[in-house]
Amino acid sequence: MLRFIFGRLWTLAPTLFGITVIAFGFVRVLPGDPILLMAGERGISAERHAELMAQFGYDRPLWEQYTDYVAGLLHGDLGLSIVTRQPVLDEFLSLFPATVELGLCAILLAVLIGVPAGVLAAVKRGSWFDHTAMGAALVGYSMPIFWWGLLLIILFAGVLEWTPVSGRISLLYYFEPVTGFMLIDSLLSGEEGAFASAVSHLVLPTIVLATIPLAVIARQTRSAMLEVLGEDYVRTARAKGLSARRVVGLHALRNAMIPVVTTIGLQVGLLLAGAILTETIFSWPGVGKWLIDSIFRRDYPSVQGGLLMVALVVMAVNLVVDLLYGLINPRIRH
Amino acid sequence: MSDTSSLREGAPTAPASPRGRLREFWTYFSENRGAVFGLWALAALVLVAVFAPLIAPHDPGHQFRDALLAPPAWVDGGRAEFLLGTDAIGRDILSRLIVGSRFSLFAGFVVVVLALVLGVTTGLVAGFFGGRVDTLIMRVMDIILAFPSLVLALVLVAILGPGLTNAMIAVALVLQPHFARLTRAAVIAEKGRDYVTAARLAGAGRGRLMFVTILPNCLGPLIVQATLSFSNAILDAAALGFLGMGAQPPTPEWGTMLAEAREFILRAWWVVTFPGLAILVTVIAINLLGDGLRDALDPKLKRS
Repeated sequence: MLRFIFGRLWTLAPTLFGITVIAFGFVRVLPGDPILLMAGERGISAERHAELMAQFGYDRPLWEQYTDYVAGLLHGDLGLSIVTRQPVLDEFLSLFPATVELGLCAILLAVLIGVPAGVLAAVKRGSWFDHTAMGAALVGYSMPIFWWGLLLIILFAGVLEWTPVSGRISLLYYFEPVTGFMLIDSLLSGEEGAFASAVSHLVLPTIVLATIPLAVIARQTRSAMLEVLGEDYVRTARAKGLSARRVVGLHALRNAMIPVVTTIGLQVGLLLAGAILTETIFSWPGVGKWLIDSIFRRDYPSVQGGLLMVALVVMAVNLVVDLLYGLINPRIRH
Repeated sequence: MSDTSSLREGAPTAPASPRGRLREFWTYFSENRGAVFGLWALAALVLVAVFAPLIAPHDPGHQFRDALLAPPAWVDGGRAEFLLGTDAIGRDILSRLIVGSRFSLFAGFVVVVLALVLGVTTGLVAGFFGGRVDTLIMRVMDIILAFPSLVLALVLVAILGPGLTNAMIAVALVLQPHFARLTRAAVIAEKGRDYVTAARLAGAGRGRLMFVTILPNCLGPLIVQATLSFSNAILDAAALGFLGMGAQPPTPEWGTMLAEAREFILRAWWVVTFPGLAILVTVIAINLLGDGLRDALDPKLKRS
């Protein structure tokens, strides 16, 4: 097992190197030099330009800049945001819990509905439930989620006035973040109504972000179940006279879950992409919205750092899924 | 979106003549009502896009100053001449949607062609030559795949500058590793077959072996992937437009229309509803078609 883990880590090394090269190269491949770009249409004086070039080290040879950059990364230094003058890593880490909270809720919702729906659709293949569920999955899978979010806002925030439009919690409440997860922090704060407020802010973004993973998971579960239900050992279990529930729950589901777990892992990258759109629509203060804002503000160190961190997160999650997969299925290890 | 590369194994049972193959394909394909519906819907959309200027009731850029935010015709206060209502500066939404179909379908098409050409070439080279070339190419593809597609596309557009052309280039670059992986897997599977050896012995050059001998036998999964990428490309291009990084106003691109409509969502539902519906219907049609193609081209993968 250890060999398997180190083997996996070793194959990631070139990818890791490539990611740093892309994140590093991103600012340099822009036409013109970075300082001029950041200055934008306002322009900048020649002295100030030279001063900034030296301050950011852009006047030195590329390879030197790159080694400095990597050395900085190893010390957790992603540079300073041009807009806020704060370390990029600090900004990222302060916003990351909001994205994680949203992402976790979304994936939880997707799994809790998607897996049972897929199993039921497979077991009752050809029934109205199967057709309805798979029709809904097709729609979900094809959904432009930025539009879906706007529709939900119109209905639930506009017409019904059940939920708020944006943010993580009502402005009435303020408390110091402890965990960074609003659901937990609002409970810890002990303020009455804070938790309910946090939940009501979370509902719509969660639904929007969960839509595509939910559809993908439901489809994948159904097809994995169908495949497993046709296997000999399931027939044997049936022939032994085991109840349908036992056959499906114990024998089939367990084996069908292997590809489903992989699918769930693969959703993480999509989830982060979806988070950009979802957070933008709901003004959710997470890394997705921050990344978009940084792009618009031409805050290139932040974009650069964000790009790197996002890729690292996706890579780390995929690694964990891979390792889990090796744990569930010993054949993979060899 | 996922590759179908890992799913394809074993020998294809190819009937003798191309025509027989086509007929077999159609038999499988036409059994799937959803797929046939998707095909017709997509064909209708293509027709709308081609004849857009003739069909559109109004000029998509014309501002009717006397009809700002007019609701759809069937709603109180709606006017028959503006079937789906007008936007905040009095432009007819239906006309904009009809003309906008050109941008979305065109963007999707260009992206898929670009991604296909790039990906298939790199995949062929990687699979055919193997060794270091293969490792290098596939590592680069891994790196691209390590970034969520929309994030990478966004950053690329930030570098290249906002606009539909740059958005298309960015999305194509992000989608092409899927084609590369798929092609490589298929090439490696086919490379050792007898017909390839025979062609090689007959003196076929590398280029001929790659493009004429091997490639046609890897087409099935590529067609399926291309269809799925088509819908992804439309969604991504619209998402970039929505974020202000794709087509720029006043282009009637569907995603861009949604971005412009955002501030009116609580006052005028129709300016938001219809462009999104257009995207959704188009993507559903293409996905139905893609599912049908997958089932028909590779009966072993049949999902239902």
